[in-house]
Amino acid sequence: MLSAIWETEGLQTVGIVVLVFASIKLLHLLGLISFSEDSVEDELELSTVRHRPEGLEQLEARTRFSRKELQILYRGFKNECPSGIVNEETFKDIYAQFFPQGESSTYAHFLFNAFDTDHNGSLSFEDFVMGLSILLRGTIQEKLNWAFNLYDINKDGYITKEEMLDIMKAIYDMMGKCTYPILKEDTPRQHVEVFFQKMDKNKDGVVTIDEFIDCCQNDENIMRSMHLFENVL
Amino acid sequence: MAAGVAAWLPFARAAAIGWMPVANLPMPVAPAGKNKRQDEMIILNVSGRRFETWRNTLDRYPDTLLGSSEKEFFYNEETKEYFFDRDPDVFRSVLNFYRTGKLHYPRYECISSYDEELAFFGIISEIIGDCCYEEYKDRKRENAERLMDDQEDNKDAKPPNMTCRETMWRAFENPHTSTMALVFYYVTGFFIAVSVITNVVETVPCGTSPNQKEVPCGERYTVAFFCMDTACVMIFTVEYLMRLFAAPSRYRFMRSVMSIIDVVAILPYYIGLVMTDNEDVSGAFVTLRVFRVFRIFKFSRHSQGLRILGYTLKSCASELGFLLFSLTMAIIIFATVMFYAEKGSSSSKFTSIPASFWYTIVTMTTLGYGDMVPKTIAGKIFGSICSLSGVLVIALPVPVIVSNFSRIYHQNQRADKRRAQKMQKARLARIRISKQGTSNAFLHSKRNGLFSEAPEFTSSTEEDQRLNKSTSLLESQHHHLLHCLEKTTVTSPLNYINHEFVDQQYYQQSYLEAGLQNYPSRSPSLSSRDGVSGTCCTRRSKKQHAPLQNASGPAHMQPLTQVHAHPRGLQELSTIHIQPLSTSRSSLNMRVDEPASLNCQSSQITTAIISIPTPPVTTSDGDAHLRAGPAHQNVVKVSAL
Repeated sequence: MLSAIWETEGLQTVGIVVLVFASIKLLHLLGLISFSEDSVEDELELSTVRHRPEGLEQLEARTRFSRKELQILYRGFKNECPSGIVNEETFKDIYAQFFPQGESSTYAHFLFNAFDTDHNGSLSFEDFVMGLSILLRGTIQEKLNWAFNLYDINKDGYITKEEMLDIMKAIYDMMGKCTYPILKEDTPRQHVEVFFQKMDKNKDGVVTIDEFIDCCQNDENIMRSMHLFENVL
Repeated sequence: MAAGVAAWLPFARAAAIGWMPVANLPMPVAPAGKNKRQDEMIILNVSGRRFETWRNTLDRYPDTLLGSSEKEFFYNEETKEYFFDRDPDVFRSVLNFYRTGKLHYPRYECISSYDEELAFFGIISEIIGDCCYEEYKDRKRENAERLMDDQEDNKDAKPPNMTCRETMWRAFENPHTSTMALVFYYVTGFFIAVSVITNVVETVPCGTSPNQKEVPCGERYTVAFFCMDTACVMIFTVEYLMRLFAAPSRYRFMRSVMSIIDVVAILPYYIGLVMTDNEDVSGAFVTLRVFRVFRIFKFSRHSQGLRILGYTLKSCASELGFLLFSLTMAIIIFATVMFYAEKGSSSSKFTSIPASFWYTIVTMTTLGYGDMVPKTIAGKIFGSICSLSGVLVIALPVPVIVSNFSRIYHQNQRADKRRAQKMQKARLARIRISKQGTSNAFLHSKRNGLFSEAPEFTSSTEEDQRLNKSTSLLESQHHHLLHCLEKTTVTSPLNYINHEFVDQQYYQQSYLEAGLQNYPSRSPSLSSRDGVSGTCCTRRSKKQHAPLQNASGPAHMQPLTQVHAHPRGLQELSTIHIQPLSTSRSSLNMRVDEPASLNCQSSQITTAIISIPTPPVTTSDGDAHLRAGPAHQNVVKVSAL
């Protein structure tokens, strides 16, 4: 009699223990619990990319900056980005510091694409300095070319109204909300209309590089403003 | 503006060329590069240790000693270096702040010497980086407490002319101040002890009554105990009333813990007096007598350690809560398991899950009374698991409580958590304000009229230089950039709705205004181009500072600086008062002879009302941006913000 009781009890115990272990195993299988620390080890991102720019002489040859200016530029650049390259997030952050009141990330995105000439997703010092060389020391033609490249988002050689509208909205976004007078919804659109009226000579709905350069060269304001930032460095 | 991104400013300005083809208005003139000197090295000699850095690095923070012209006072002509007779170790942190933009607090440094150095170099301590800020604040708090303790120890001298009430309160709070206070202290202590002992002895059986039953002493010597109880309650009542009388803030005293304990301790006696020996309520009466034991808590006035213990428990509320919660979870789990494990066995004491709670609690706290034991094998297995886990669960939060107690004990407890909260808010507010300084600084400069509208504005070059000196080159370039952006966002040359950065308050006001959308009645002299936007002050007749007026620069900067903060003062708040807009539209009717902006200004803001002695120029043809012609020299620039 006693042995019968113990038998049933023993079987019950075994059954319970088996059940418990099975459920633990199931949870482990489902990934809800993990036993060892190795499985949750994160892969360290390959963030130790170090980029060293080419030598000072080559850069001096390729750009219109003097040696001293390149030194100053690089010191500032390296201070901010010790790894030697800027990715888009950092770029947006830096640009946002200059426009605290508005939302500058869209425009920064376009700007990043314009600077990143080899389209590898990050801005190295060479890209940076080549862009600056055009903007600060280039001829009017080169500057206008650069601006056209900025507006032409898909780089197909034509600025369409949609592209211009995107750019315009991005610029207006940088102003932010607290403006006087209040920004209306279609202000960017109106601005785009004015722009196209001015630039699109043959009224075909797109602005080509020649139309753009032609029109800008005939506009006094624009010509004058091209020289505005030459004393930057 | 943050230090590091100063290096990117040339880039941001160059990128602004991207806006040029889009803009329809001429751009403002770029600030001059202030006789572009080459970046030079500065040698800072701090008590013999030489630090070298670029001048530009120091110029990043113009409102500190090293960034401003204040350092010229320390310039040593012979050795061509700046000499500071200060601690070089702390100076390392200060200089690193300029280099990296983050201020760190080294742990080995004494807090007061660090504070002194920061104050000397003009750096506010709120900008210490988050990595070191907690440590800094903790040390500062400890230091402040230490100072307060020292002060209290020295507070032996009784200030003269204290009223009777104040004397009494001081005597109550600090028994060591006078002999009377000490006597009072010991008398109350004695009576508390007597009262507690009375309560205890009351229940001890002493002797037998005639019918062979053990009688507690309380019932045997009823009168004696009643007399003692009465005496004690008298003393306590008198003491409470005296404290109530002497308290500086009676309401606050009545809400304090000690006074509640006092009341609870003496109330049962009075309730007992009031109630008669009614059978129905005698049960409740007995319960009330339990509260007499609260008299023992009155000892906490006499014992510092007790107070610290109470405060510890209060401050460790979260850890205690966690302990309670985890215990509850474990109890429920194990009780359930034990119940189902023991269900099979006959004559099992585990009749229900709540009945198993008792077993679980006793096992987990390793008490093990033995009144309930599992009989099945499964029950024994789970019972052992239960007791092992009980040890762990209880052992974990306890050291936290212990360390808390020791910390508070060493700090001699203060209610500083609440103060730390307030400081955190104040700190965040100050950091936010200094960050807003950038956008505010831009708005300042606009108001101060540092932008010359026309490109050819020949006569005020000296003035430009003067004004430019008051803001750093970096700031002026940054402002120029923002100004270009404003100019870019203009729809058409005919429309002249120039979007401008304004600050939050003005925006909200103009937003409400736009909602009303009442077009002001135009005076006939206005050109029709003007009235497009319906808000007040459509015409912002900007006029420039008259170079002739008020001779010297500081003099006509003065009305500005009176009301505005110092143009460079990022740390100070700008006080912009904006009065409610006058609702009467008639005031907006612009008369020809009067500059419109004055009207608007008087109704809107109280800042920067610069008197215009010179006759107003007929700017009826519109806003400043039409000014392609030669600038008028005798025109005062007031930007109506």
